[in-house]
Amino acid sequence: MSDFPFLSVLTVAPLVGALVVAVLPRRRPELAKQVALGWSLLVLALSVVMWVTWQTGGDRFQFRESYPWIPNWGVNFTFAADGIALVMLMLIALLVPLVILASWHDAESSKRSVPVYFALLLVLECTMIGVFAAADVFLFYVFFEVMLVPMYFLIGSYGGHQRQYAAVKFFLYSLVGGLFMLAAVIGLWVVGGKTFDWAALSEVDISTGAERWLFLGFFIAFAIKAPFFPFHTWLPDAGGAAPAGAAALLVGVLDKVGTFGLLRYCLPLFPDAAKWFAPWALALGVIGIIYAALLAIGQNDLKRLVSYTSIAHFGFIGVGIFAFTSQAATGAVLYMVNHGLATGLLFLVVGMLVARRGSALISDFGGAGKLVPLLAGVLFFAGLASLALPGTAPFISEFLVLIGTFSVNKPVAVIATLGVILAAAYVLWMVQRTTQGTLNPALTEVEGMKRDLNLREKVVVAPLVALIVLLGFYPKPVTDVINPAVQATMQDIGKTDPAPSAGTPQEASR
Amino acid sequence: MSELKLPSIDYAALAPTLILLGAALVGVLVEAFVPRRRRHVVQLAVALLAVLGALTMVVLNANDRLITIGGAIAIDGPALFLQGAILVLAAMALLLIGERSVERGGAFVAQAAVTAESADDRRQAEGAPGATEVYPLISFAVGGMLIFVAANDLLTMFISLEVLSLPLYLLCALARRRRLLSQEAAMKYFLLGAYASAFFLFGVALVYGFTAGTPGRTAGVDFATIHAAVAESPSSSVLLFGGMALIAIGLLFKAGAAPFHVWTPDVYQGAPTPITGFMAACTKVAAFGALLRVFHVAFEGARWDFTPVLGAVAVLTMLVGAVLAVTQTDIKRLLAYSSIANAGYLLVGVLAPTSDGVSGTMFYLVAYGFSVLAAFAVVTLVRDADGEATHLSRWAGLGQRSPFYAGLFTFILLAFAGIPLTSGFTSKFAVFSAAFDGGQGWLVIAGVLTSMVLAFPYLRVVVLMWLSEPGESTPAVVMPGWLTSAALTIGVVATLVLGVFPQPLLDLAAGAAEFVR
Repeated sequence: MSDFPFLSVLTVAPLVGALVVAVLPRRRPELAKQVALGWSLLVLALSVVMWVTWQTGGDRFQFRESYPWIPNWGVNFTFAADGIALVMLMLIALLVPLVILASWHDAESSKRSVPVYFALLLVLECTMIGVFAAADVFLFYVFFEVMLVPMYFLIGSYGGHQRQYAAVKFFLYSLVGGLFMLAAVIGLWVVGGKTFDWAALSEVDISTGAERWLFLGFFIAFAIKAPFFPFHTWLPDAGGAAPAGAAALLVGVLDKVGTFGLLRYCLPLFPDAAKWFAPWALALGVIGIIYAALLAIGQNDLKRLVSYTSIAHFGFIGVGIFAFTSQAATGAVLYMVNHGLATGLLFLVVGMLVARRGSALISDFGGAGKLVPLLAGVLFFAGLASLALPGTAPFISEFLVLIGTFSVNKPVAVIATLGVILAAAYVLWMVQRTTQGTLNPALTEVEGMKRDLNLREKVVVAPLVALIVLLGFYPKPVTDVINPAVQATMQDIGKTDPAPSAGTPQEASR
Repeated sequence: MSELKLPSIDYAALAPTLILLGAALVGVLVEAFVPRRRRHVVQLAVALLAVLGALTMVVLNANDRLITIGGAIAIDGPALFLQGAILVLAAMALLLIGERSVERGGAFVAQAAVTAESADDRRQAEGAPGATEVYPLISFAVGGMLIFVAANDLLTMFISLEVLSLPLYLLCALARRRRLLSQEAAMKYFLLGAYASAFFLFGVALVYGFTAGTPGRTAGVDFATIHAAVAESPSSSVLLFGGMALIAIGLLFKAGAAPFHVWTPDVYQGAPTPITGFMAACTKVAAFGALLRVFHVAFEGARWDFTPVLGAVAVLTMLVGAVLAVTQTDIKRLLAYSSIANAGYLLVGVLAPTSDGVSGTMFYLVAYGFSVLAAFAVVTLVRDADGEATHLSRWAGLGQRSPFYAGLFTFILLAFAGIPLTSGFTSKFAVFSAAFDGGQGWLVIAGVLTSMVLAFPYLRVVVLMWLSEPGESTPAVVMPGWLTSAALTIGVVATLVLGVFPQPLLDLAAGAAEFVR
């Protein structure tokens, strides 16, 4: 079964589905939705099979496939997944059907074609899977850029207030990052002996100066994508304007391409430059944690608030990556998964609230828990997960990042920990102003607020809630997959974990 | 007294040019003898057949590597590749030029001599069949281009420059609507073009003086002699640098590179749109073909001297094109500035000192030609009662009125912006990687930075078409006739195929990248 070309099939399948959905007649939106949902469930089923086929403790890269594409430039369709990519692929395959289900009525409110909305979601899934599955730098770049197009139209055509502005800003920011990366990709191709194969490139010795420039080209692209402070300003706009489902994918998965790219490309390909730039990257991460959390506290727009919390979380991931200990890096990867689940859930729930109320402003809510208790409960749960309450999955990842960082860099760990307190502030305050307290009389007049979660919405939130709790108590299945890949990455940059400072065996025997 | 010896002439190798020029003459006769109502069909058929026949001859000659007709013409890889490219793109342009169902009578004025804005003029604008002189003029221009890219000495190059330019000046003046704008464009193009030609000629004279050098040396303006002279440096290099600069000015003018670009927006806007497309595609190929030949064959030895200067021109061109494109409000002017910026990217390829640079530039020329012709094909379709609606505000909400054509145009714009899976990306990669490999990393950085700026105007059009609500004045897209449909389809399909499977054309270009000297 391991010979099956999982990765290429997984990449192509959603695209085929998108074409099918796009040609469905515009008059029959229900059919388009059902086909899209069914197709994404097929992709999920295939990914589950892939997960089961994965050999824990096997090679670092598995499911490798390679087909020639442009021999003149040494470009191949090379796919391969390590543990980090595998968990991200699972996250995508899981989130897309949920997002499709959650967005069931989203596209109807706009005047645009409903089938096209779902086709775009499937195209997005294709590009997201491709970007994580690629093991050829050129192919990675292609998916990295093409990914913008469906997201651009999702935000621009189906988004809310200020969608045009947000869509253009999103596109331009990402394109600018991408073009920096293009220059670095071309440079890497030249110094690396005209090959794009990741495995070959990671063996190449690059002179110090060139390595730093190339690192910077990739880093800027990923820092914009992730986004890290100070490249983050597009995310609140995009997240605020995008339809909730697209926003969940944007923050839950798309942005992870940035942090994934750091782990897969920046660190192994340019290890010395990575070490040289690490203090700067750590500084950006720490600033992001504190700054974004402060801004989140001040937001009055639910979707923008969630976007800012994500920027703070990306700061944690960045710290985890550049601390260069296996605990912190494992924490960072786990964080990527857990954040996808928790923030994905938070965005979807906020989307349900906003759809009912017709407004995303916190001040338009107040005491909503009295009208829609179940929805308010899920919002509270998602918020708690987002602030990394022990018992939820994000706690484990955040804790790993912090202790992994503390063992090598105490000041950074200490400041980052302050972010945990701020996280409690912005989440709890948001929940309090939205669902607790006295009932806002205006709310009772809104028709939508009289309906609590329906069956479709329960089906959307239930798997996410379950997974967050499950991984909060038993993250082993995921960490088992992640750990070897993280160890290998640490080896690539030649960092070993510091020995425990207290009670080494020699001291104990004395 | 020595006998007068005729140079040997390889007629097969020259056949493409001869066919085109012959067809042009036939076209003039058709104009004289065929009844007016049949002329359009006959002329179009003659021109198309000639182009296709010439293309067949180019394909048959594909393995020729020779210099013929007394050293005036070099038929080598780049010449054949570029001739093929010009002919394919010219065939596409002819399809646009021949279209008559989009507008009654076609895009061209019936009688160019009628005073603009007069009563007669208004009458003829209502649907009198357009002038059919267009076809012989196009044939002459294409014939000139075919010589231009194969010229092996500077005088042949100059003559072919004139052969290709004069018909273009005329063609620019033949728009059916907005005739004053069209005539102004032609006048500007002519005056500046004549000026540039004079620069070129003066440069030829200086280079001739340079090769003469010490008494007794054989002087000449053929590329082999110039190459040898550059290596030996028989006389003051002031002559060489002066000549090189003046020749470069003449060629860069045709290529639309800054600071010799000022004619481009006005001419692109005023000329009939099919002619604009023809110029953007075919003239670019011809101009860059000549630039490649002059700087890779004749002046190759002076590479260290001209690269910084031409590099600065390339950076300036990219910058001017990208920055000024941002402020445009007319789609044709926007595409004109975009073509200026693209001239800058092409120059990056020209400056890469390897055969990869040559093949990358040639690949870029073909890819860009297909896309830009398709873009102008869409421009001809967006129209109302007064002709084409080129002001950008009129394109608002086009995506809802005509999603299919707006979708095609969006795809082309994404290609211009260099998004992967379009030919715009592969061609940029081809020239940038060649330049980086050739040690011109600074040009790549400049190219990447200007691409960022240039993405904005393209994106603005996409936003207008899809994300804005259609206004009162948003015209619908006219259903194209089969000619325009064919051209549009070819352009869009080529943009996609060259973006996804560029390998065959890359192979072809790589196999055709060696010049003969």
